[in-house]
Amino acid sequence: MAVSRGFVGRRPTDSARVPPGQYVTRDFPVLSAGPTPYTPLDTWDFTVRGLVNRPVSWSWQAFRALPHENITVDIHCVTKWTKLDTTWSGVSLDTLLDAAPTQASHALAFCDGGYTTNVPLADLRGGKAWVVDEYDGQPLDPEHGGPARLLVPHLYFWKSAKWIRGLELRQADQPGFWEMFGYHNYGDPWKEQRYQGD
Amino acid sequence: MVSKTVETPRVTTIAVAIQDWPGHRAGQHVDVRLTAPDGYQTERSYSIGSAPEDAYVSLTVERLDDGEVSPYLVDELRPGDEIELRGPVGGYFAWDNELGGPLFLVAGGSGLVPFRSMLRHHRASGSRVPVRLLCSARSLELLIYREELIKLAADDLVDVSVTLTREAPDDWRGYRGRIDPALLAGCRHGCFGA
Ligand SMILES: Cc1cc2nc3c(=O)[nH]c(=O)nc-3n(C[C@H](O)[C@H](O)[C@H](O)COP(=O)(O)OP(=O)(O)OC[C@H]3O[C@@H](n4cnc5c(N)ncnc54)[C@H](O)[C@@H]3O)c2cc1C
Repeated sequence: MAVSRGFVGRRPTDSARVPPGQYVTRDFPVLSAGPTPYTPLDTWDFTVRGLVNRPVSWSWQAFRALPHENITVDIHCVTKWTKLDTTWSGVSLDTLLDAAPTQASHALAFCDGGYTTNVPLADLRGGKAWVVDEYDGQPLDPEHGGPARLLVPHLYFWKSAKWIRGLELRQADQPGFWEMFGYHNYGDPWKEQRYQGD
Repeated sequence: MVSKTVETPRVTTIAVAIQDWPGHRAGQHVDVRLTAPDGYQTERSYSIGSAPEDAYVSLTVERLDDGEVSPYLVDELRPGDEIELRGPVGGYFAWDNELGGPLFLVAGGSGLVPFRSMLRHHRASGSRVPVRLLCSARSLELLIYREELIKLAADDLVDVSVTLTREAPDDWRGYRGRIDPALLAGCRHGCFGA
C-alpha cells in the first residue's frame, strides 16, 4: 500500500453507518441503464412466477391494498454515494412471497425496460426487502423507479431494481444485467463487493 | 503520473503511464484510490479520456471545491507522483469499432470524458460509422477538449454540436440553453459556433 504524497483525506463522520469507500450525499443521484419507462397503472401488475405451483399477480389496486410498512434505511450505490435515513413505504417481500410457496433458492427481478437483477431468496425474506411505491411520503417518482421498485438496502443499490414488475423464482442462480457486465454477483457494500472478483 | 494539462479553470487532465496496462475499451472507467499516511483510503471513479490506442491513460477531473479527491488530483498531484488505479471497469457503457454505429453521444461537463475516448478510438481505428456528438457547457471557455473537438469535427463522419447554457459569444452560431426535447428535435447539423 503506497501512501499518496500530500493526501490527507476526510474521515467518514460515521464509519458505523458508511461502508468502506462510500461518501455521504444529501442529493439523490439518478443513474439508469436506459430510458425511464412510463407504465400506465391500469396495465401495471406485480407477478411472482417461475418455480411456483401457480404464478401470482397483483394489479396496481390489489398491490396498493396490501399491508404497507414505513421503512427508514441507509442506501449505498456502487458509484460510491451513500444516502442516510431514506424513508419509503412499501410491501414486505415476506408478504408477497408467502402467497407463492416455493422450493427455489434464487430470484431474478424483472422490470419494465428489460432490466434484471439477481438476489438470493434468503436476502429477500426476513424483513430485509420490500417492493416500495412511496418515497419521502410521496408516490415514487418514475425517475427513481416509480410506480414501484425493489428495495434491498443491505446490498448495493443496483439490486434495488427500478420499475420492477415481478420476481422469477429459480433453483439455479442467474446473473442479471449489471452482474453480466462485470459487477459483483452478490454486492455486499460492507465487503466492498463492487466488481467481479471482489 | 506523467503530465497535467489544464482544460478549464476547474478541470485538469492527468496522464498516467501504467506498467502492464491490460488495455481498455473506450467508455470504461478506473477507480482511483488515495492513501493517507495513517492508512486511511478513499476511492472515486474516473472515466478514461484516452483511446485504447494512446500511449498514456488519461483522466479528466473536475474540481469540486468541497470534494475530498478531485481537489487533490487537480491541485496537489504532480508529475512523478505515483497513483493507484484499479481497472479498467465497466463493460456496458463502452464502444469499440467492431460494435459499429451510428453513434449519438450527448454529454455535459465531465460527461464528455468517455466520449473523447470513443472519438479518438473512432479515428485511430479508421471507423467508418457516423458519429454525432452534442455537448453542453456553461460557456465556450468552460468547454473541455475545445481545440481537439474542433479538429475531430473536421472529419466528415464526425458531427459536433455545442450548446452554451450561460454565456455565448455575440457571433455564436451554435445552440443556446440546456439540452431539452426541443433542442434535440432541432439538432440537425453540427455547428461549432462562430
Ligand atoms: C463511472 C463514473 C465515472 C466518473 N467519471 C468522472 C470523470 O471523468 N471526471 C470527473 O471529474 N468526475 C467523474 N466522476 C465523479 C467522481 O467519481 C467523483 O464523484 C468526483 O470527482 C467528486 O469526488 P470528490 O472526492 O472530489 O468529492 P466528494 O468529497 O465525494 O463530494 C464533495 C461534494 O460533491 C458532491 N458530489 C460528489 N460526487 C458528485 C458527482 N458525481 N456529481 C455531483 N456532486 C457530487 C457530494 O455530495 C459532496 O457534496 C465519475 C463517477 C462515476 C461513478
